[in-house]
Amino acid sequence: MTTRDQMLASIKANQPAMRPIPAQFTFTSVYPDLTQQFIDILTFVGGAALIVPDFAAIRASLQTQFPNMTSVATTCDELADLADVTMNVSDPHELSGLNLAIIEGPLAVAENAAIWVDERQLPQRVAPMITQYLVIIIRQSTIVPNMHDAYKLLKVDETGFGTFICGPSKTADIEQSLVIGAHGARSLMVYILP
Amino acid sequence: MNKQLILDHADAAVEFNKNEAKVDWHDETLWFVRTKRDRAVAQIPEWEQLREAASQIKNHVLSNMHDLLIQFEENAIRNGIKIHWAADGDEHNAIVLDIIKQAGATRMVKSKSMLTEECHLNKYLIDNGIEVIDSDLGERIVQMRNEPPSHIVLPAIHLTKAEVGETFHEHLGTDKGATDPQYLTEAARQHLRETFLTRKVALTGVNFAIAETGGFVVCTNEGNADMGAHLADVHIAAMGFEKIIPRAEHLGVFLRLLARSATGQPITTFSSHFHRPRPGQEMHIVIVDNGRSRQLGRPDFRNSLKCIRCAACLNTCPVYRRSGGFSYHSAVAGPIGSILAPNLDMKKNADLPFASTLCGSCSNVCPVKIDIHDQLYKWRQVLMREGYGPGSKTVAMKAMATVLESPRLYRMAGKVGRGVLRFAPITVENGLNPWYNQREMPEPPAESFHDWYVNHKKA
Ligand code: SF4
Repeated sequence: MTTRDQMLASIKANQPAMRPIPAQFTFTSVYPDLTQQFIDILTFVGGAALIVPDFAAIRASLQTQFPNMTSVATTCDELADLADVTMNVSDPHELSGLNLAIIEGPLAVAENAAIWVDERQLPQRVAPMITQYLVIIIRQSTIVPNMHDAYKLLKVDETGFGTFICGPSKTADIEQSLVIGAHGARSLMVYILP
Repeated sequence: MNKQLILDHADAAVEFNKNEAKVDWHDETLWFVRTKRDRAVAQIPEWEQLREAASQIKNHVLSNMHDLLIQFEENAIRNGIKIHWAADGDEHNAIVLDIIKQAGATRMVKSKSMLTEECHLNKYLIDNGIEVIDSDLGERIVQMRNEPPSHIVLPAIHLTKAEVGETFHEHLGTDKGATDPQYLTEAARQHLRETFLTRKVALTGVNFAIAETGGFVVCTNEGNADMGAHLADVHIAAMGFEKIIPRAEHLGVFLRLLARSATGQPITTFSSHFHRPRPGQEMHIVIVDNGRSRQLGRPDFRNSLKCIRCAACLNTCPVYRRSGGFSYHSAVAGPIGSILAPNLDMKKNADLPFASTLCGSCSNVCPVKIDIHDQLYKWRQVLMREGYGPGSKTVAMKAMATVLESPRLYRMAGKVGRGVLRFAPITVENGLNPWYNQREMPEPPAESFHDWYVNHKKA
């Protein structure tokens, strides 16, 4: 017998009698204002958010937030003129010098300020981690109350990789002091379109 | 009688307690993490229902493990992932080494995986000429110091920033005496960036493996698992078989519970779902048993396999907080470690189920409702029965059992005991009586309840 068959046989012999999957494992969350809840939590985890009317407002804000920044890449056609490099590379290592990545997030969650992105938004999986600074653009209409709602809408294997991003990367491994900017982005700015 | 340990939990705890200021800091810091958890939990009105749902999903998983694993394997293979099965730590290590060699690599970057700690993978790889670098900041710190992690979520919680500063000065050339966490973290970021960019093989753990879709989820705050995996040609994910969940929808339950229970965060910074290797990349999953199927067969202890490694039970434990992770001499410390370890080696870990006050705080915070303190209590009985009880307790318990079995002896022992306490407390307060350690013996009553009852009935 192979290890696989041995393991499976021993698991089968040892597992208890069948217990059902519970009928209720999703719950409803009620927030008076989904966008405000999202912003409050994002601020709590060290990110920042701005409600904007259109891409022109985003462009104006980016120009004050990141003046004269180079090595900027975006997947938003509307902001293509701000970019001087591309995330569309065949080797992810080419992104090692990326300073600012501007991407779109198709789904956001109010309860925890998590934003889903997958390979439809990411030309390279490593982009939102390897970049020094990260900007994600979401729409108010795609903010759902909680994670159960998010998974109802998502097909997690639609692409080969997807991730929920909640705030900038961080660590508290040295005496529990919070440091923003561990291995991933040093900041996360979220623009919220109508 | 079976005290073969170099330092059992109680003795190691005594060592740890020699630095009182540091113990106080350790205690208070972990309690602070626990209070953050409480604040996060208070924001979720359905928290208890979520725990119940998580517990029931995991109960189902335990009962359907065989089929779920087969379903997972099938779907993962369809996704282009290579599946490996390892009966124990040695087989797991050999598989990993083989994959690294096949890739023609001699170096690997690794993100947090308590499983690889359990299997002692690092030592094995280094002995076989492979360089391994841990990329979680806390793990990197302890790795430089040649120490294991002392906590499953906060690996360097036993260290002060001055100690980290010293370590970084020695290994990364930071300024001598530097203790600013921001500065030290930045130094580690630079050092590890270079590592991520130059390693062809990356190993990550697995938080959840989804049977329905054949993919897996890895949660980090630092982004280190993603940096390693997305830049490497070969991604190895190592998982104990109990990480399986039936459907992606169930992640809603577990991701809502995990980070809130661990650190009081609403969710980790990255919850990454891997389903297929990126073009040109190889993806491997190693599914490990290493005693888990044995634990699955123990009705009293199988619930320990429901654990999602949030560490809430460590943070809340009055014994862990004041004895430190190393006193558990096991990859997973604290209450959950103490019910997992005896399954791996009863003799070596016989002291651990006794490293608890059985206060039940662990069971109260556990997001998957494991009856942790009940299992600790049950392990004590198993261990005593099998003759693995810690030495001093065995002698005392045997004497106590004899006395309790005989009403006459019991009454006599009480009389003698009260006399001894009143006139010669030194015989009770000696080193042979472990109960007296760190405790004041109470004032003995003048008469026993039995004597009182008899006298009052007469009157
Ligand atoms: S036993 Fe429960 S509380 Fe402890 S680490 Fe596991 S899931 Fe968390």
